[in-house]
Amino acid sequence: MTSIEPLPIPNKGGDRTYQMLPPTVFWRIAEGIPRRLVLILVALSIFVPLLLWWMVSTSGVVQPAYLLPTPGQVLGSLQRLWTEGILPADIAYSLFRVLSGFLLAAIVSIPVGLLMGSFASIQALLEPIIGIVRYMPAPAFIPLLILYFGLGELPKILLIFIGTLFFNTLMIMDAVKFVPKELIETTYTLGGRRPQILTQVIFPHILPSIIDACRVNMAASWNLVIVAELVAANEGLGKRISLAQRFLRTDEIFAGLIVIGLIGLAIDLLFRLLLKLSCRWAR
Amino acid sequence: MHLEAIQLNKHFPTRNGSPIVALKDINLHVEGGEFVCAVGASGSGKSTLLRLIAGLDRPTSGEVRVDGVRVTGPGADRGMVFQNYSLYPWMTVMENVAFGLKLRGMAAQQQQQAAAYYLEVVGLTKFAKSLPKELSGGMKQRVAIARALASQPKILLMDEPFGALDVQTKEIMQQFLLEVWRRTQTSIFMITHDVEEAVFLAQRIYVLTAHPGTVQREILIDLPSERDYHIKRQPRFQDHKEEIMDLLRGREAVVLA
Ligand SMILES: Nc1ncnc2c1ncn2[C@@H]1O[C@H](COP(=O)(O)OP(=O)(O)OP(=O)(O)O)[C@@H](O)[C@H]1O
Ligand SMILES: [Mg+2]
Repeated sequence: MTSIEPLPIPNKGGDRTYQMLPPTVFWRIAEGIPRRLVLILVALSIFVPLLLWWMVSTSGVVQPAYLLPTPGQVLGSLQRLWTEGILPADIAYSLFRVLSGFLLAAIVSIPVGLLMGSFASIQALLEPIIGIVRYMPAPAFIPLLILYFGLGELPKILLIFIGTLFFNTLMIMDAVKFVPKELIETTYTLGGRRPQILTQVIFPHILPSIIDACRVNMAASWNLVIVAELVAANEGLGKRISLAQRFLRTDEIFAGLIVIGLIGLAIDLLFRLLLKLSCRWAR
Repeated sequence: MHLEAIQLNKHFPTRNGSPIVALKDINLHVEGGEFVCAVGASGSGKSTLLRLIAGLDRPTSGEVRVDGVRVTGPGADRGMVFQNYSLYPWMTVMENVAFGLKLRGMAAQQQQQAAAYYLEVVGLTKFAKSLPKELSGGMKQRVAIARALASQPKILLMDEPFGALDVQTKEIMQQFLLEVWRRTQTSIFMITHDVEEAVFLAQRIYVLTAHPGTVQREILIDLPSERDYHIKRQPRFQDHKEEIMDLLRGREAVVLA
């Protein structure tokens, strides 16, 4: 054995100044902030844009004035559209299309994603084709869908189906890769068969990820339903916006946009609640 | 119960062509009700060996037999406990323990009864409704042991089950495992790199070498089967420990030179 030269002893740090990390509340990385601060920041994030909008629209900077309605005008037309029954009908149509298209996509994508993530064979079989199709923008399918299925509900629902199916499938597939291999192997040594592993180990383990993937892709569904209705529809929130454009009713356009945003937010919160209730173990 | 490994070899392919020989000509056996340990340095193929016995990997050559039947895949006759517990995080402690029985299609009522019994064996009855994330490492490992035992395997395979625990907890768990072994009379094959742990627990020890992993020696532990931690101070315990340490060291010295 060769002996090892001792390292020179560093001077004990007496002549060096050490810096301590300065304390902070706002900039703590990956930590929580006090609840009061949360409330203040949330309020800021909503009221500052509202205030700006109100100031600009009432100042008369934008000419002609109808291009930028004031918050009051928008609220007025919201009320009018609602009481006339136009808005509830539009919401119902758009919601129906989004929900049916998305539900179909979920019913297909959850099992397919599960299979692709679990079996390298199924992944090799399906990933190439999905990889190509998902880069084709869904709105580009609208002309084809109209040619094939006319102007009814089916092409709109199918558009949403196509637009969310592939991303949802791939996100669920990826989630399966995070299931610890040891958990699966443990199940084998408890006598688990392969179908049982899929339904009783992998599925519950990725349920939080499934709900989250659905939450994210639901947003895409909303985008698509508006696009579909802009192109071809007799009712729906997208249709309302394009009609309003024809008559230069920017207040109605704003009203439509706000409703779309609020419904999207509500659905998002619903998914979060579902996640919280069904997956207590994950937090 | 009679488990044997016959001329087991396991090679792992590498990118540069010459494969890693993880296990070379391993022969060993475990009899009914026996507690056998395999000790070896890191990289001596302990985990690989256990995975072959569990049927989670296939040997390059040779075979494992349980009661004369060749192992071709994992099964409930060989329960497994990993170092990192691997509990199902969404199930309660009770559901975790009952899961093997559920997989087998046992009626819910009987599942509950059996799981409750094994929870009592590992002393976690009070935590039946807790989630795994609410337990300490030692408690998690006890759940994993109860879960494996509930399926009533012919043999319990353990891969450094106490490797992640602190010294005090480890000592308690070792004592506890002996207790469980005595009560259930299950055969146990455990691998560890902790020589003291092996001598304390086992009736028989296989000492493994590294690169390639082979059985260097088989040692009968000449200690009473009723043991507690006092035994660690006995000269005979120390002798066994020294003997195995020397075997492991001897190999190390050769590698360094
Ligand atoms: N899946 C694998 N692919 C390639 N090589 C592997 C694989 N698994 C193990 N090996 C190699 O086989 C040898 C034995 O590994 P193994 O994990 O069985 O050792 P071990 O004794 O359990 O070590 P430790 O005490 O660190 O857990 C090592 O050289 C390792 O690199
Ligand atoms: Mg190992």
